[in-house]
Amino acid sequence: MSAVLADMPETVAPATTKAIAPSKGGRPWTFYVLATLFALYVLALYGPMFCIYILSFQDIRGGLVFPMKGQSLHWFVDLFTQVRTGDVKGSFDRSIKLAVIVTIITVVVSFLAGLGFRKRFRGDTVVFYTMIGSLVAPGLVLGLGTGLLFQALGLNASWYTSALGAQLSWTLPFGVLVMFAVMSRFNHVWEEAAYDLGASRWQSIRLVMIPVLAPGLVAVALFGFTLSHDEFARSLQTAGSLNTLPLEIWSMTLNVTSPSLYALGTVTTIVSFIVIGASLGSIVLIQKKRGSNAKG
Amino acid sequence: MKSDRGDIELAGVCKSFDGVTNVVDGVNLRIADGAYCCFIGPSGCGKTTILRMIAGHEDPTAGEIVIGGQNVVGLAPVQRRTAMMFQSYALFPHLTVRENIAFALRVRGMSKADRLRAADAMIEKVRLTQFADRLPAQLSGGQQQRVALARAAITEPRVLLLDEPLSALDEQLRVQMRQELRRMQQELGITFVHVTHTQLEAIALADLVVVMEQGRIKQAGAAREVYAHPHDRYVAEFMGGQNVLSGRVEKVNGASFTLAQAAPSGIEVPLQARSTVSVGDKVDIAVRRDDVVLVRSGKELPPGYTNSLPSRVLAIEYQGYFVKVMLDTVPDDAFVAYVPEKTFFADPFTVGDVVMATWATGSALPLA
Repeated sequence: MSAVLADMPETVAPATTKAIAPSKGGRPWTFYVLATLFALYVLALYGPMFCIYILSFQDIRGGLVFPMKGQSLHWFVDLFTQVRTGDVKGSFDRSIKLAVIVTIITVVVSFLAGLGFRKRFRGDTVVFYTMIGSLVAPGLVLGLGTGLLFQALGLNASWYTSALGAQLSWTLPFGVLVMFAVMSRFNHVWEEAAYDLGASRWQSIRLVMIPVLAPGLVAVALFGFTLSHDEFARSLQTAGSLNTLPLEIWSMTLNVTSPSLYALGTVTTIVSFIVIGASLGSIVLIQKKRGSNAKG
Repeated sequence: MKSDRGDIELAGVCKSFDGVTNVVDGVNLRIADGAYCCFIGPSGCGKTTILRMIAGHEDPTAGEIVIGGQNVVGLAPVQRRTAMMFQSYALFPHLTVRENIAFALRVRGMSKADRLRAADAMIEKVRLTQFADRLPAQLSGGQQQRVALARAAITEPRVLLLDEPLSALDEQLRVQMRQELRRMQQELGITFVHVTHTQLEAIALADLVVVMEQGRIKQAGAAREVYAHPHDRYVAEFMGGQNVLSGRVEKVNGASFTLAQAAPSGIEVPLQARSTVSVGDKVDIAVRRDDVVLVRSGKELPPGYTNSLPSRVLAIEYQGYFVKVMLDTVPDDAFVAYVPEKTFFADPFTVGDVVMATWATGSALPLA
């Protein structure tokens, strides 16, 4: 080391004298422009929702507009007790049940589609675009058509038949698209290795594919659930005599003139957050579990 | 299972993916039980396809694959009692080292306690005990390779198939893992079939080296035979270490013939037992690069060195224990001399020097 230093010329000047002054951590002006833009975006995104949430906590004197009158949970109680506000509990139940059924079907069918599209086959692009096509169709028209078709076939439209079908036409293409993205990160040599080690097709799916793809499957499920839970256009003409929650809210906006409408908005938001939180939590848990297994 | 023998016989094996061209074209080969066999060739020569057909991941279009006296075409890998080590190891990312190794036992329905005990024994064998609870992503390349080896070996195969097992490793590790593969092969006492495109790897490891080109076997034999006695120009050039010259036969005289070349007197080449040449034939010959001696022009040739080709030094590369001297001896082909370091530096050449490239007459080898 000392020999190296000795070889260096004595006259090497400190390099900093002529160097451009280093950045002192100041941000360029574009940062402030973009930050402002983002703040406005967030305000536009969440401002309306927060207006609803805040107004739902008024007391009995509360009205539909600001200013806020008192603070209480009155309108939440009102929501679930008063009949005049509509069939909130029933529609809420139906929406959750429907969303669960839609989620299960979406996950299973998307997974199977993902398996089917592992290899290219004749006509695969046609099949793919046929699947995706219904994303482009206007929901209202599609719902109308589904209703008409049921009528023509002499079937009664209801939330668990025609509305289920109409919603699947919306969630399945999404589920399949997400599944394809998930599958593209699956290395098919793993399947080959499983086969080489004596796994049957089913064992290879159960012990290798599903566990590796689990976080992706949760994501597909989350998509299915949320898309179904707040679906309106396709359900409107297909739900039959009993409303789903979004339809119920819609009809309430026409005849309910109290903050219980806002309370309903708050409740549904909380439910959505619970579902999303549970999904993301389970993804984290899956990954944590692997990590802790790894540490032994 | 019927037989524990792991000898492999390929008889007329063909494989075509598109029904038009054969990726593997009529391969016949016998690999002895417990041998270490290396398939070598450029990418696309069909070597990996042969491996996958032996493994049971592809079916041959025609021909038979016999392992231990039993035709295995159509059987699953487990029924063949073969196991494959994949190129990038294909370790299951969600399973720990122990679970990866125990996987084959798990799908056979072995109880958890039994399979983990067996896996632990195997983990000890490949010296991974302290990593047993790690995920593949937390291991180095060399450790991953050992896991892959252990995962394949736990099925007690009679043949282990390795698809470019060392290509994912850096140079130093490659040499180390090469030794480890050989050690494991001897320890397990089973047949290894290894696909590679690295000559050094093949000749360092294999009992049987199989050189392939475009779906056909060019030469199969012991490492030394393939390297020192290449059958034809392709093998000589692919295995390296040889200069290949071509010319017309000028004269056949008993045990040798003379090849017309740039040299005023032609090149004298000893005849091989099986080769027959007649005047006018176009013949390739090979001369090992380390057999070539360089003599400054005008100086005496050493005794026994009758052939000499006047050349100019084009480039010099220092390689450590030898010096690689590139010459313009023949117009179209590279001609290289590997000069021992001490000899070279006793009287070093520089680029542009005119030298005589010469070799002992007996060391030239006619090629098919």
